Amino acid sequence: MRLALRGIRKAFGPTQALAGVDLDAPAGSCLALIGENGAGKSTLMKVISGAHTADEGTMALDGVPYAPTGPVDARRHGVAIVYQELTIVDHLSVAENIVLGAEPSRGPLVNAKERDRIARKAMDLLGVTDIPLDILAGELSVAQQQLVEISRGLAWGSPKVLVLDEPTASLTASDAARLFEAVDRLKTSGTTVLFISHHMEECRRVADNYLILRDGSSVGHGPMSGAVEADLIRMMVGREVADLFPRTPHTLGEPILTVSGLRGTEAPEEASFTLRQGEILGVFGLVGSGRTEMLRALFGLDPALAGQVHLKDLALTNRSPRASLAAGIGMVSEDRKEEGLALNLSIADNLTLTRLDPVSSQGLVDRRKQLDVSTKWMEHLKVKAHSAAQAIGQLSGGNQQKVAIARLLHHDARILLLDEPTRGIDIGAKAHIYRLIGELAAEGRAIIVVSSYMPELIGICDTIAPMCRGRLLPPRPISDWTPQSLLAASIGASSHAA
Amino acid sequence: MLHERPWWLRTLIAAGPFLALILLWIGFALAVWLKADPTDDLANPWAFVAWKNQCLILAQSAIVTIGACGIVMVMISGGIDLSLGSVIALSGVVGAMTLNQFGPVAGICAALLTGAAAGAFNGGLVALTGITPFIVTLGTLGIARGMAKGLADNQTINTPPTWLDPLMRPFPGPSDPAWLTGFPIAPGVVIAALVALAVGLLLRKSVFGRHLYAIGSNPAAARLCGLRVKTSTVAVYALCGLLIGLAGLLEQAKLHQGDPTTAVGRELDIIAAAVIGGASLSGGVGTALGAVIGALLMGVLRNGSQLLEWPTWVQEIIIGAVIVVAVGVDRLRARR
Repeated sequence: MRLALRGIRKAFGPTQALAGVDLDAPAGSCLALIGENGAGKSTLMKVISGAHTADEGTMALDGVPYAPTGPVDARRHGVAIVYQELTIVDHLSVAENIVLGAEPSRGPLVNAKERDRIARKAMDLLGVTDIPLDILAGELSVAQQQLVEISRGLAWGSPKVLVLDEPTASLTASDAARLFEAVDRLKTSGTTVLFISHHMEECRRVADNYLILRDGSSVGHGPMSGAVEADLIRMMVGREVADLFPRTPHTLGEPILTVSGLRGTEAPEEASFTLRQGEILGVFGLVGSGRTEMLRALFGLDPALAGQVHLKDLALTNRSPRASLAAGIGMVSEDRKEEGLALNLSIADNLTLTRLDPVSSQGLVDRRKQLDVSTKWMEHLKVKAHSAAQAIGQLSGGNQQKVAIARLLHHDARILLLDEPTRGIDIGAKAHIYRLIGELAAEGRAIIVVSSYMPELIGICDTIAPMCRGRLLPPRPISDWTPQSLLAASIGASSHAA
Repeated sequence: MLHERPWWLRTLIAAGPFLALILLWIGFALAVWLKADPTDDLANPWAFVAWKNQCLILAQSAIVTIGACGIVMVMISGGIDLSLGSVIALSGVVGAMTLNQFGPVAGICAALLTGAAAGAFNGGLVALTGITPFIVTLGTLGIARGMAKGLADNQTINTPPTWLDPLMRPFPGPSDPAWLTGFPIAPGVVIAALVALAVGLLLRKSVFGRHLYAIGSNPAAARLCGLRVKTSTVAVYALCGLLIGLAGLLEQAKLHQGDPTTAVGRELDIIAAAVIGGASLSGGVGTALGAVIGALLMGVLRNGSQLLEWPTWVQEIIIGAVIVVAVGVDRLRARR
């Protein structure tokens, strides 16, 4: 057995992040680690890669006890990790990034020739040939940076164990395919790959076996080929998930928002559509198709060069977030941590941020009213938290997202623009968000959901408009689309409806 | 998305501070030449471009250059040090007192060690407590100044004539020892040039230097890649402190005494030099060459303003404006 873990436990203060994990991974295989957010996958990876030390339990590498003292020591043992969050240093070159932390040196000076040789070899192993070594990493696209990051894991030749923590999160389909080929190649050279992904299709593509984590414990394992999705999901959440995409019955009403010829600085090139009351419009597009930019231009966050936006019969001019909110249009950014929420502030502060007058008197915020109002919304949306005064950064992703949506409801937004509303949220919480979106539509609100995850759009939307190279194609009812036709339209292939 | 700008624009922006220095120099040369009145014997149209004046500019810039080479390393690692001026004074005082007791060599060592110790103190506090460097070094600014005044009993420490005295003399005079008269320039300038070369090499080629860029640019990545972030933090502040100790030594040589009240606000000149040379307060960016150019640019400004008999308040406004313009150009450079 290449890597064997027995009874690994790890606590952070009162939180038991890992509560007994057993893992076996033979050489030359790929093991998919599956689990909801907070199940302990990332902590487990950090224990294996030496960033954390386990409180209890043993690890063995090729039958020899393995207890890394740190990330560098782990790499020396042949265990490399590619982290989920980008750990690229913008101001260093591509080659320097790849060897960072273990630079080849002559005395105190970096051996540049050797550095470039190592970097080139690592990129070759990954099959990347189009990224120059001497360019600053900050000038690369996010997908290219991800490839550089993965190359870092390969800097010392084929590692014994390579950990990939959600490596495809920011990759395009073709880059992801390239990554999967590299995983296959590494497997044939004897490397054991631990693969973490939320996407079951990817796990099926690369993994031989799966291991399921729930609440810090390993709860199931087996070969990937015979696995039934419903079983895996049941093990992940520990209960039956009756319906992944719950729908709330709702009817479409009068047109409420008409957009014609919207054009932004870089994207979108053209977007025209009509949104009706109670409609859930899905916008599907690949990375770089301009879907986020379309929402931002619509909301007034980025300048629009051309186009008209009508709210019922009222033309909206002078677009800005402030004006949009005043008109009852709200937006939830795809980037919860950076743009969506003030993580240090309380739930109540975040929830009432855009509309403080109902919770203030004589120009001063009334803390009690603020907490009461927030508690009401939290109950309504079933947000799990100690109290409305808790810092929002302590909540899980799903609960954070509910608060972000609650803010729009507190603002009484009639039109909700949701950019990737379920990104980084585990399956159980996703269903909550889907149900919530359906309920909001039933209340007569109109909702635009932007997503790159097709099943959820097909699962919850009334209409879908694909976005292709900056152009929004006309929305069509959900019954007109198949996954094939939707994908074809979004990559610009001739889209004959199936 | 790579390199959309034409090459000439990129080069122009990259060479910005250097071009600014050249233009400023030419500007002052012209201004002084135009201002010279041929009917007045005292006004010399070549006062600015004269070789002796260049020596003066270089000598006047040496201390700020050394300090800027120190602070640029700290800034690249994402830190800042506001205590530089106070530490210059403290090092000078400690150096002078030791010199009086044990001679010049001991004085040199004492000044350097004092600077390095102050730097290690700053770096240690930043690394261990996690207090932001701005606050830690704001504290040290007061502590070091107070210690200097207390040690010197609120007076200047006079030193006997030693071979240290001519270190900062802009151009050696007839009274100087024989080894110096053959020297075309102040020895302090040569020291500053060597320091700049060493820091440049360290930043560009050494593992430690590259790690400083990584730590300043993305601390989380540096930690995950197994870099010794805390050790490096202490080391870079101590190294900067060592150079500040050297600056204090030269200050003491220039004044021929240890003065606890010298170099008040000098940290702002030093930080400004690094910033004009392209260093960023948010870390990850900066070069030794940039720091040198920034220091020279301020030296030329000071010298030229004096020759044109501009009052100091005009110089202060100009230097303030230059800082803002330099950072503005830097923003353009960073934009993609």
